[in-house]
Amino acid sequence: MSNEAVLHAPAEAGLHHEAHGDHHHEHHHETFISKYVFSMDHKMIAKQFLITGMVWAVLGGLMSVLFRLQLGYPEASFPWLEDILGKWAEGGKITPDAYYALVTTHGTVLVFFVLTAGLSGTFANFLIPLQIGARDMASPFMNMLSYWFFFAASIVMLSSMFVEFGPFSGGWTAYPPLSALASASPGSGTGMDLWLIAMALFVVSSLLGGLNYIATILNMRTKGMSMTRLPLTIWALFFTAVLGVLSFPVLFSGFILLIFDRNFGTSFYLSDIFINGVGALPNEGGSAILYQHLFWFLGHPEVYIILLPAMGMASEILSVNSRKPIFGYMAMVGSLFAIAILAFLVWAHHMFVTGLNPFLGSVFVLLTLLIAVPSAIKVFNWLTTLWRGNIRFTPGMMFSIGFVSLFISGGLTGIWLGNSALDIHLHDTYFVIAHFHIVMGVASMFGMFAGIYHWFPKMYGRYMNNTLSYLHFWITLAGAYMIFWPMHYQGLAGMPRRYYDYSVWESFKQFAELNRFISTVAMIVFAAQLLFLFNFFYSVFKGRKVTTQNPYGSNTLEWTTPVNPGHGNWVGEIPEVHRWAYDYGKDGKEFISQTTPVGADESSH
Amino acid sequence: MSTIANEAPKRIHPHKFTLWVAMGSIIMMFAGLTSAYIVKKNQSSWLEFDLPVVFMYSTLVIMLSSVTVHLAAKAFKAREMSRYRMLITVTAILGLAFMGLQILGFMDLEARNIALTGARSNSAASFLLVITGLHMLHVLGGVIALMVMFIKAYVSSVKNYSSLSIELVGTYWHFVDILWIYLFIFYNWIS
Repeated sequence: MSNEAVLHAPAEAGLHHEAHGDHHHEHHHETFISKYVFSMDHKMIAKQFLITGMVWAVLGGLMSVLFRLQLGYPEASFPWLEDILGKWAEGGKITPDAYYALVTTHGTVLVFFVLTAGLSGTFANFLIPLQIGARDMASPFMNMLSYWFFFAASIVMLSSMFVEFGPFSGGWTAYPPLSALASASPGSGTGMDLWLIAMALFVVSSLLGGLNYIATILNMRTKGMSMTRLPLTIWALFFTAVLGVLSFPVLFSGFILLIFDRNFGTSFYLSDIFINGVGALPNEGGSAILYQHLFWFLGHPEVYIILLPAMGMASEILSVNSRKPIFGYMAMVGSLFAIAILAFLVWAHHMFVTGLNPFLGSVFVLLTLLIAVPSAIKVFNWLTTLWRGNIRFTPGMMFSIGFVSLFISGGLTGIWLGNSALDIHLHDTYFVIAHFHIVMGVASMFGMFAGIYHWFPKMYGRYMNNTLSYLHFWITLAGAYMIFWPMHYQGLAGMPRRYYDYSVWESFKQFAELNRFISTVAMIVFAAQLLFLFNFFYSVFKGRKVTTQNPYGSNTLEWTTPVNPGHGNWVGEIPEVHRWAYDYGKDGKEFISQTTPVGADESSH
Repeated sequence: MSTIANEAPKRIHPHKFTLWVAMGSIIMMFAGLTSAYIVKKNQSSWLEFDLPVVFMYSTLVIMLSSVTVHLAAKAFKAREMSRYRMLITVTAILGLAFMGLQILGFMDLEARNIALTGARSNSAASFLLVITGLHMLHVLGGVIALMVMFIKAYVSSVKNYSSLSIELVGTYWHFVDILWIYLFIFYNWIS
């Protein structure tokens, strides 16, 4: 099916024959509903994912500020907390139940709703058709469904915060028995039911999206766009989609078994349990570790589902703004591939202390440490792309460089944690918190910010304010390090994660002031994000208008579309591609668009 | 970079391709479940029991339905529409019969006092229920797709010469067939 046919398929059912499929001037009658709500235009769906992700990022970030308030000021009480949280903060102090609910929901929301749907949902939808030269996705309808399943998941997850006993509070990983027994904790009842429904809807959304991304990248590329001419963003989004399509079903099967344990009395995960006030349970022979295997078989690829889009966008933005070809294109693709493969072979490093066979553990140590090789290749290539480049410090570029910095700092601690021997000491301490927040959380957030700042002109036809952007960047970068760097020391001292109040522990009293420092910085960083939000929404409506087609002097195809592309992206024919995406500074030319034919006088590369 | 334009060979239809990726995704779900089955089996208190005999008949039924869906696609391409409608109806009925036989299998287990759910249940039987039940849902999806095509074949006033739908459903139907054969072999011999 051609691009044209896909775009017209829903309306014309394949019966309408156009002599020249590329004439695209007939007007679709777009209503408000079909343009902004149930849109099948990949660009609008991308914006829907982005805005929904931003709402979740604000909520999830606010939750972290609230529980940091408890950790930083365990003795203080804040009467205004009772005003907004009601019975969850009686007397102005967050209750232990509310604290666990906040930690759990913060994790779930940030990992899945912001950094999976918000990140790859936005940029896979926006960039894939634009950068490969397609009118839309392989199936625009499935694409629309993908967003609306995500929206439904969001509504259910949001509603779980307003039920009587609160949302699920057993940690974002939802390990049984806390997640399997309604009587195990206040949030394990209705809260957990809603959590499971929301996550099931979310898995469906991810699968619909991922199938579409893969089919689009492999089948809908424009003439001349061979796989090795694809921008690295597309390669990264491709591997992200493959990871999602192969790992989310396994999580889903884990959830199905959990649903049976919860609702039908089976014993997949449950054995020998006694609950205070309920008594001994009849369940025999289940294994809670089984859930961990199924969960982390998704859980580890999930880390790369979050990180790879950020890597791809950083690669592209670094190259464009260094005015240099990306260093080692094929090595970049190869390392993405290696990471995607290894992602499936390391899940048990989350389970070193579950009584895993030490020999098996050592295999997982080896495979885990192997990830350092492709990661190091990527870092080397980013740095050598920057090296002696003619660097333009646009906000997108700043965040990309920040991404590289965070990826290095957070990645190095991964080598520590990948050792099963060290993990005995570091497991479930603040060292782990510091590691994954820097390397996965903040780094991917930086990738997302880089993408938003860089492609904002393409998304909305306007520029964002640079001064606010730089302010946002520096506060966030400095803040991220000030929040998470000290946590390494706390973790090395053995401070466990998820505790409600450290001031009652003799060993951790020494960290009272450090905790207060971290909490204070967290609040400042959160406030700085409001700066970004203001900048974003103000610029959508009032920003300086983009007047040139290609403001960055970029080679990729999205900059050959009109400033405000309509549904179908290109007026007239889709351009043909003649070269790879990274001809910057070649033969004395600053940049050569992918659509420029290779001249006779040109040197080959 | 090579400068030779990539002459694309005749590409697979995006929807077919999407179906293949989706089948890969479904395989991962069942791979997850059957690996969990193996892990669980090697732990304590695993109940050994004989599979319901009726599973043998259901296997034959679903294999037969694969033949009829294949013939339906052939009939469609030969424009023998009444034969095509008859064959997709038979396929859908065989699909429903398969699901009925699976349910008989579950009832057989319950009759032998092997609880599938509830406090007395052993995860050996529960696994059988969950995995087989999920497979039944996938068959049901195929039946619904066949019904949609059946209605279309009668209602639509426009002649549709595209064999895409029947090819998609045919591929999917063979897939759930092979998936069941895998599960059947798995229950009997692999695990």
